[in-house]
Amino acid sequence: MATVAYGTDGASQPPAASDPSGMSSAGSEQTNQAAFDAAVAADERIEPRDWMPDEYRASLVRQMAQHAHSEIIGMQPEANWITRAPSLRRKAILMAKVQDEAGHGLYLYSAAETLGTGREELLDKLHSGRQKYSSIFNYPTLTWADVGAVGWLVDGAAITNQVPLCRCSYGPYARAMVRVCKEESFHQRQGFELLLTLSRGTPEQHAMAQDAVDRWWWPSLMMFGPPDDQSAHSAQSMAWKIKRHSNDELRQRFVDICVPQAKTLGLTLPDPDLRWNEERGQHDFGSIDWTEFKEILKGNGPCNEQRITQRRRAHEEGAWVREAATAYAAKTAAGAAKSATAAEQGKARA
Amino acid sequence: MTAALALGDDALVLSHRLGEWAGHAPVLEEEVALANIALDLLGQARVLLSLVGDEDELAYLRDERAFRNLQLVEQENGDFAHTIARQLFFSTYQHLLYERLAGGDGPLAPLAAKAVKEIAYHRDHAEQWTLRLGDGTAESHERMQRGLDTLWRFTGEMFQPVEGVDAEDVDWAGLEDSWSRSVTGLLSRATLSVPTGPQTGAWSAGAGRQGLHTEPFGRMLAEMQHLHRSHPGATW
Repeated sequence: MATVAYGTDGASQPPAASDPSGMSSAGSEQTNQAAFDAAVAADERIEPRDWMPDEYRASLVRQMAQHAHSEIIGMQPEANWITRAPSLRRKAILMAKVQDEAGHGLYLYSAAETLGTGREELLDKLHSGRQKYSSIFNYPTLTWADVGAVGWLVDGAAITNQVPLCRCSYGPYARAMVRVCKEESFHQRQGFELLLTLSRGTPEQHAMAQDAVDRWWWPSLMMFGPPDDQSAHSAQSMAWKIKRHSNDELRQRFVDICVPQAKTLGLTLPDPDLRWNEERGQHDFGSIDWTEFKEILKGNGPCNEQRITQRRRAHEEGAWVREAATAYAAKTAAGAAKSATAAEQGKARA
Repeated sequence: MTAALALGDDALVLSHRLGEWAGHAPVLEEEVALANIALDLLGQARVLLSLVGDEDELAYLRDERAFRNLQLVEQENGDFAHTIARQLFFSTYQHLLYERLAGGDGPLAPLAAKAVKEIAYHRDHAEQWTLRLGDGTAESHERMQRGLDTLWRFTGEMFQPVEGVDAEDVDWAGLEDSWSRSVTGLLSRATLSVPTGPQTGAWSAGAGRQGLHTEPFGRMLAEMQHLHRSHPGATW
């Protein structure tokens, strides 16, 4: 429920000029800001009709859109294996997972829409490269084991990032994350179980699993974003309680979670510098290739071109379908209005 | 049990084709809907094939000549209208057939009773889209008509009796009659014409059910089975 509200109904019409306090509009702006700050400080949720600073709104739109886009683009590397899944059980699991991702995209676009933007507009920004999606989906899925590595590592990193977002200051985003995280945890366990089966399978299957983990480990660590001292939006996002932990904190947490899991899997992580640090009570790990990360963000990763082209093509080739649906809806609405009028007239005559 | 194999293959193959849409659908809602239908069909296939033997052996280790699915379901996706035409023809057939199986006392009755609820949704989805595309824009109308016309020749095969289905449960001529009335009525509401091409072209009637398939099917199986066949005896 909204708390940065002026009325009991949760609506946040700023005090008008006739406000009994006689405050000027600059004064009401200050009151709004103070109320917003107090709500954030008190860990209360900001709701769509509440006043919020323009930068807060813009920052959320950027983050939620990027998150939604990642779900949609993220369907591609996994859908790549639907038609080749090696058992019917695995095929069903993978189809369900890709379907969930489309659903997550839908929740997130809806949540972003509460901030006064539209899905069409956001998709347009994705297609034209003005908004980004997660760097991780620019890597190719080359073997079946990649489906497991994506589930275990990529979904694992996503959950580590997203669980704190369940307490994000913006209500609709936080609530979307609660739903998303439940399903993501399930996918992550399935990915782990897929890798475990391969690891314990034939020597070829084991090698396939190890190769996939070798290729996905570092890109997964990059999912947490640049190091804290180079992260443009971090400080402000944390002050607004959109983010709760720094990139490096979350990355460390993820490494500490993965190391014992890799042991259970019987697989190694491709980092010679990875070791337990008794003093810190955490793992030390090697340095990330930030040049690779920057290249991918610039659009020069292995699959950037392919991913965006497929997304654009699906959208463009689907244009006539969407137009048909709109035209049909308009016709049926017109038909309904006409028959309602006819019924009215019939009644009047009778 | 030939009937379970034939109906299981229908569901398996159509599920696979719908799975090819993942990431390519015209709107996000259709990503969800097509995947949902594909999953339902895959679930049905797994139950049906398991009545015959090991589901994975049957799906991954049979060659094209041993599959018993209708030629209709193996047809490539084409554009969205082509996919919807295939869905309309098949889901109407499958719905009418499973209603009859569910009402009978054959071994497939319990499965059909469960599946028929899912299939009612598939049929509704196909019918709604047929209306939207048929009575949408000039382009969608034209594409929908083309999809129906192209696939029409594969519909006759649906009414050849399936071996192992009790004639007391399913009157195939009656099934064809119900199907025709339903599809004709819907196409008329969608401002579309009932295709005039050959429906039961004698040379192809019953071909899929006898393991005689169309050319795209072999490539579909090559893709579907490749990984499984590359690792004989492995578990996944």
